[in-house]
Amino acid sequence: MDQVPVIEVKAVHKSFKTVHAVKGIDLRIFKGQFVALLGPNGAGKTTLVEMIEGIQKPDQGEIHIMGKKWRGNEDELHQIIGISLQETRYIDKLTVWETLKLFSSFFNLEKDRVNEIIDITGLEEKRKSYIVNLSGGQRQRLAMGISLLNSPKILLLDEPTTGLDPNARREIWSILLKLKQQSETSLILTTHYMEEAEQLCNHIIIIDQGEILKEGTLEQLLDESQDKKIVEFTLEESQFSADLLMTPSAFHIHWDPVNKKGSLEINQLETDLPEFFKFLNQRNLQLKNLEFRKRTLDDLFTQLTGRHLHE
Amino acid sequence: MNKFIRQNQLYQLILARVKETIREPGVIFWGMIFPMLMSLGLGIAFMNKTDIFRKVAVITDNGVRTSNPDTNLTLESFFSKKAAQVGLTGDGFTSFRYTIKDDKLGNSTFLFQKMSWDKAMVLLKRGSLSIILNEKNGRIEYHFDPMNPDAQLTYLKLSRIFGGNGVPVGENHENIQPLTVSGTRYIDFLIPGLIAMGVMMSTMWGISYDIIEKRSKKLLRRMVATPMKKSHFLIALMTVRLVMNFVEGALLFIFASLVFGITIQGNLAALFMLFIAGNMVFAGMAIFISSHTSNTEVGNGFINAVVMPMMVLSGIFFSYHNFPDWSLYFIKPLPLTMLADGLRSIFIEGAGFAEITIPSLILAATGILFFATGLRIFKWH
Ligand SMILES: Nc1ncnc2c1ncn2[C@@H]1O[C@H](COP(=O)(O)OP(=O)(O)OP(=O)(O)O)[C@@H](O)[C@H]1O
Ligand SMILES: [Mg+2]
Repeated sequence: MDQVPVIEVKAVHKSFKTVHAVKGIDLRIFKGQFVALLGPNGAGKTTLVEMIEGIQKPDQGEIHIMGKKWRGNEDELHQIIGISLQETRYIDKLTVWETLKLFSSFFNLEKDRVNEIIDITGLEEKRKSYIVNLSGGQRQRLAMGISLLNSPKILLLDEPTTGLDPNARREIWSILLKLKQQSETSLILTTHYMEEAEQLCNHIIIIDQGEILKEGTLEQLLDESQDKKIVEFTLEESQFSADLLMTPSAFHIHWDPVNKKGSLEINQLETDLPEFFKFLNQRNLQLKNLEFRKRTLDDLFTQLTGRHLHE
Repeated sequence: MNKFIRQNQLYQLILARVKETIREPGVIFWGMIFPMLMSLGLGIAFMNKTDIFRKVAVITDNGVRTSNPDTNLTLESFFSKKAAQVGLTGDGFTSFRYTIKDDKLGNSTFLFQKMSWDKAMVLLKRGSLSIILNEKNGRIEYHFDPMNPDAQLTYLKLSRIFGGNGVPVGENHENIQPLTVSGTRYIDFLIPGLIAMGVMMSTMWGISYDIIEKRSKKLLRRMVATPMKKSHFLIALMTVRLVMNFVEGALLFIFASLVFGITIQGNLAALFMLFIAGNMVFAGMAIFISSHTSNTEVGNGFINAVVMPMMVLSGIFFSYHNFPDWSLYFIKPLPLTMLADGLRSIFIEGAGFAEITIPSLILAATGILFFATGLRIFKWH
């Protein structure tokens, strides 16, 4: 792709008093691309996104939006960007409609656009409700509606579905998927949910402790292990000793001491599985339960960091 | 209304701020009803013509335990000739009531209660009486705290009653002009002060608290991440506050003029100028105070730290001239003092631009200084 990236982040660092929150991150995002930043709590997602939004300033490195720096171009860039912060509480005693009207005035928009947004976000019934009386999911939809008011070329959503039930989450996804079809908007979305990243985004960036661990399409991320299957197993309690599993062997076993559950990757079921049974047998370990499943981003994360995405 | 205005962000910001403000029920009560109630309560409590009722102890044991009422010759003859015996009062003393009738200054009623010295001291310490009479050999001794103005007043009245040979002297005020005309009563002093205090309180709380709250809700950073002009946000906030303050002040004035008949003697245009200047100084201070913190409790502390000393020192309820002379150097330049004094001089003394221009300029300039400084260090994110 030789067009100008919509967002370009070069070697950006950001530290707070004791935390090095972002440690040299590079990003290039093009028109119409939907990108997920996937990472556990404290990974630096919000810090990175807020630097792209111009809310925080990088200590080092450069950020260009449409080829322009924030400094001196604020007015222009604010026009084309739509954001939803991780945690914004709007004015309690304004109604949904009044809140949208207020924000639409910042972009000099007509009230037709406000009605469109109410329609898109399905807040018709709540049009006249005070913000203070909205449910969590309705507030998130309002926040998303506000971010969409100006039909932004760049949309930055920080955990838009955290805390929502699966239905409410899917409603937000469907709004975003419609947007994706029009391929006018570039999106960066942060999330803890790999399912969300898988559903919405063609490019996924896994970050942890301020660094990019791995990025690519879902296929690329999981490809190198396409044939791999995940085997999860539990053992008979009496015979359990975690050390036995750690002894060197052909298998790289990950043991989760909390759930007393082991997992490993297997390439060829036909050959590897009997090997694994033999391995257990030699150590006098008896299986209690065994399951196969497809590899997920969580497995990838675990492989990369030794931790789960949700801990 | 035309579309251009309806889409205008400043108009929408003002509209949102107005709605947000008036939908908070506390605003109407604390900003409008409460000052009226306060003026009503204080105005009535300090009405000029008040009947005075004082208890006076009359010692019956002369400090020694030989209780003999006959030694109180002057007092006894006064009680039997002029005063009315009340019988045993609730507290168990033989009591006599005597009233000096006075149409102009209000009646003064004294209740003389016979008791022992010890008992009298106890009641004196409790504050239920302020003066003790003790007659020795036909001379009346007055015991009271000379630092207590009320006791002094009672002493003066009593000594006139018992002056000379102890025959009460009729009160005669040919040469006293009672000061009950509009402009000299306590309520005339109070209302301009209350208006000044209202401007300070509403502005400091209305502006500072709103900014800090919006910052802590991350709403401020959300708003400035749009093409919204920061100046419009602040202008809307201050404009709405100014208008609300005007309404609050006007309502209080109308109320006080209906109930107490207070009037504005001076120049209305000068009053308006001073009012604007007062709003400027407190708006500036409010922006300055709220420029950095995003913690509403810290904000509360800041606001109180500014507001409380001025409430106490600036002579809103009682003149600060009772404070020591040296302290007046600190008190007089306080913004609330300047505003309250200025308003009073217009309300009561009939002042105009000549007297008001300089204080107004000082207030406005102070406000601009605070505003500019606050804006330089203002944290939008
Ligand atoms: N203003 C700040 N002052 C000090 N430390 C901060 C600040 N903001 C973030 N941090 C720290 O920087 C690190 C990254 O925080 P960040 O909010 O970017 O994480 P995140 O990936 O968004 O996490 P989450 O999923 O919980 O939202 C954390 O360790 C956090 O404590
Ligand atoms: Mg975050």
